[in-house]
Amino acid sequence: MSKNWPLWEVFVRSKNGLEHRHCGSLHAADAQMAMANARDVYTRRSEGVSIWVVESSHITASNPENNGEMFEPAADKVYRHPTFYDLPDEVKHM
Amino acid sequence: MSEKEVKNLEEIFEARIARDEKIEPKDWMPEKYRKTNIRQISQHAHSEIVGMLPEGNWISRAPSLRRKVALLAKVQDEAGHGLYLYSACETLGISRDELYEQLHSGKAKYSSIFNYPTVTWADMGAIGWLVDGAAIINQVPLCSTSYGPYARAMIRVCKEESFHQRQGFEIMLKLANGTPEQKDMAQDALNRWWWPSLMMLGPTDAESVHTEQSMRWKLKRKTNDELRQQFIDQTVPQADLLGLTIPDPDLKWNEARGSYDFGEINWDEFWQVVKGHGPSNKKRMKDRVGAWERGAWVRDAAMAYAEKNENRKVKKAI
Repeated sequence: MSKNWPLWEVFVRSKNGLEHRHCGSLHAADAQMAMANARDVYTRRSEGVSIWVVESSHITASNPENNGEMFEPAADKVYRHPTFYDLPDEVKHM
Repeated sequence: MSEKEVKNLEEIFEARIARDEKIEPKDWMPEKYRKTNIRQISQHAHSEIVGMLPEGNWISRAPSLRRKVALLAKVQDEAGHGLYLYSACETLGISRDELYEQLHSGKAKYSSIFNYPTVTWADMGAIGWLVDGAAIINQVPLCSTSYGPYARAMIRVCKEESFHQRQGFEIMLKLANGTPEQKDMAQDALNRWWWPSLMMLGPTDAESVHTEQSMRWKLKRKTNDELRQQFIDQTVPQADLLGLTIPDPDLKWNEARGSYDFGEINWDEFWQVVKGHGPSNKKRMKDRVGAWERGAWVRDAAMAYAEKNENRKVKKAI
């Protein structure tokens, strides 16, 4: 066998108004085949109205080893949340 | 990485499992956790793929169009389930080709139940009712397994699986309420599939080499014996409803346990089938490997076509 089919990630919008969500992956020779297979594999029971397929190798993912520097700085910035600010109870609509 | 560092990571990992956190593909995990997951998920995927073969036997011989579309849809689902599971397995760093190679060479196992032949139409009923019934009991707890991609795949599988069991039970119901010959056919199928279905839930806890570690890592959430008892307790009343007799003279309700007691399982038979000496092991592997080999030129042609189109696009851009 010459070459394996590349891996694709499949994103499905379940109905208009909602975002596309990652629902799985599959192997296909090209985008057209990935789309056809995604339809057959992930929307057999009316699970979607729109599909995106993207070759997995095109996705850049963060590394969990760097989670500290990536995500922890947000933890001590409570002033980004509305509850950080002290307001008297009498203030309405805020 | 030094031994101390690994030990530290292992402790963090065990603590995450204990807190019921999910493990995702890029997270650090002990090598044994990765391997155990690969073994369990791939075995599951292989079972879905080989599981299509005994039923494929009856698609062209289904007794009505209604039964035929249902059986086709079920077999198509099984291909889909195999695919979800292979994809989940590949996130652990093993390629699809390696997984197929393990199946085709006999290195990897699949569920022993698929090594029994499907000799009458009633077998389609019995498989849906009993085999898929046992599979559901095994799969529902796996929706909360600790490895994220596996858990997500199982949630999809479980959602789809319930139609499989219902269509099987409907077939049995129709036969059981049909002519005496049809009822005999249903009883005969139950007689042949009952014990293999119990074996399908795996060796007893005392004999199961992987259970303890898998339970600790939350790869498995219930032991084989627990699953088997649950299966028996929920299936016996269903057989009563069909008016069929479960082929176990020792089967009886145990008031104190609130469960059914059941007879001795023929574990010799189970191990014989696992080791490749079941009635249909050779045929299943021959069919599977044959399909893969006969499809090679299609896979190569699709890849060549994709590459040609890609080159054309590049040339145009230049």
